Amino acid sequence: MAVAKVCGIETEYGISVNGARDANPITASSILINAYINELHGNVGWDYVDETPGNDARGFARESFPPSEVESHLVNTVLTNGARYYVDHAHPEYSSPECISPREAVVYDRAGEEVLRASMNAALRSMPVGQEIVVYKNNSDRKGNSYGCHENYLLDRALPFGKLVKFITPFLVSRQVIVGAGKVGTESPLVAKGKVQFQLSQRADFFEEEVGLETTLKRPIVNTRDEPHADASRYRRLHVILGDANMSEVSSYLKVGSTAIVLAMIEDGYMDDLDLSLYDPVSSLRHVSTDLSLRRELRLKSGRRMTALQIQEALYERACDYRDSHGLEALGPDGDGNSVLELWGEIIDALKTDPLSLADTLDWVAKYRLVLGYKERNNLAWDDPKLAAIDLQYHDIRPNKSLFYRLGVRAIVGEEEVKTAVTQPPTNTRAYFRGKCLERFADSIASANWDSMIFDLGTDPLRRVPMMDPLKGTKDHVGKLFEESVNPAQLLDSLGS
Amino acid sequence: MAERELKKKTSSQRTEDEVVEAPVPSSTEKSEKLKAELDDLLDEIDEVLEDNAEEFVRNYVQKGGQ
Repeated sequence: MAVAKVCGIETEYGISVNGARDANPITASSILINAYINELHGNVGWDYVDETPGNDARGFARESFPPSEVESHLVNTVLTNGARYYVDHAHPEYSSPECISPREAVVYDRAGEEVLRASMNAALRSMPVGQEIVVYKNNSDRKGNSYGCHENYLLDRALPFGKLVKFITPFLVSRQVIVGAGKVGTESPLVAKGKVQFQLSQRADFFEEEVGLETTLKRPIVNTRDEPHADASRYRRLHVILGDANMSEVSSYLKVGSTAIVLAMIEDGYMDDLDLSLYDPVSSLRHVSTDLSLRRELRLKSGRRMTALQIQEALYERACDYRDSHGLEALGPDGDGNSVLELWGEIIDALKTDPLSLADTLDWVAKYRLVLGYKERNNLAWDDPKLAAIDLQYHDIRPNKSLFYRLGVRAIVGEEEVKTAVTQPPTNTRAYFRGKCLERFADSIASANWDSMIFDLGTDPLRRVPMMDPLKGTKDHVGKLFEESVNPAQLLDSLGS
Repeated sequence: MAERELKKKTSSQRTEDEVVEAPVPSSTEKSEKLKAELDDLLDEIDEVLEDNAEEFVRNYVQKGGQ
């Protein structure tokens, strides 16, 4: 059976400083995160000594590939909800804790927005009058610079990587029709500027390879980073770098949910006879993104031709059979599998018959309707800067400035649970242990990482607690230990470490 | 020139490069409701939009991302 699809979303936010146009973005990101830490949260550093982003799932390692943090020694902290909050390259990045279900992943991604908003407010109080740091949850500056929203999924190590690439690629290329965040125009050097008025995806312009290790240039559709942050003899982590940062909860939920279902099917060999391999995945990626009619056919290796929507429908239908024969428990204990499937089918149907009816549901449709409405009302050309400004401001996360918040887009999680998730960790993964250690014993923690915690009890040596299984360290496992331990030494003694 | 045009018209090229139209709003009850909501937003959007769109878009520059 497929392993539990423990998952998470990491978002690099766009950042700009009003009132100081030439501000250094690295400094601004540091100010933002430090303001949050100082005002609202204690600081425990991140330990990246064991991180190996240069390991390639195809079986080799690249030596000269230091974690970006080593180069920059920047702000890097762990939150009591189990998330990592840090400066990555020149952006503030929030990596959600490990979640047990797609719905939980959406809750913790939304909690990330709250963290960034609180950071902006905290930074505002320490900045010179007239200056303000503003954060955008998008993926491009419209000038050819892109930054990512990556997803992570737990996989069985027994699944051969080549098989994963073969079956996941057509899914990732075609899912843009559902989960794209929309963009006015194009930044691809391969497409004439005036030719694309609006496209489905923020990110499609920036992908040049089918498979590879890169994340900042020559980006690949399937990233081969082999860094499971878990027992590597049992697990893989699929690091999906293709997706857009979603404002819409439905888009985000379907992005993680449908991907998790397809991964479970691949693991269980349930797609072995459903080979939808594309003849040219990289070109197809752009073709799908720039086709608002959703009717452009893609060429498959088999010679067949299918639209992206037809590929999604074929996978959805297979997923319904899979639910009947295998169940969807891999998507968590709360029946998320069935809700994802139901919503997936509903959205595919609507896209087939009346895509614009999803203007209150999906990001790209909501943005497209808004931009088009403004364009028509004011009789503007597609290259009018006002339309580009609407595109950017859709993703502004300030409540008074965000256009997304004004659109009344359908929500699926409650504000209260998002608020709770800002400080409380998920209960069904090791994030619980990490978050509770931070909440209870922050002063005694030297550093933390995805798969370990290092305690400094004031006596030597430092004590390291390994967390190599993402499904251990849950509330069921260690909740009682936290209740019974009045100090960290007691906790460590009970753990037997 | 004639040869290039001929090449362009092979079936694979025609399918993948075909310029296709954008979706248009239908006239169901739901789309009428969406349209009304959009009209309300369009009435007030200029108050929310950044004052100088051109400058705002030009100055939004992000370097170094994954």
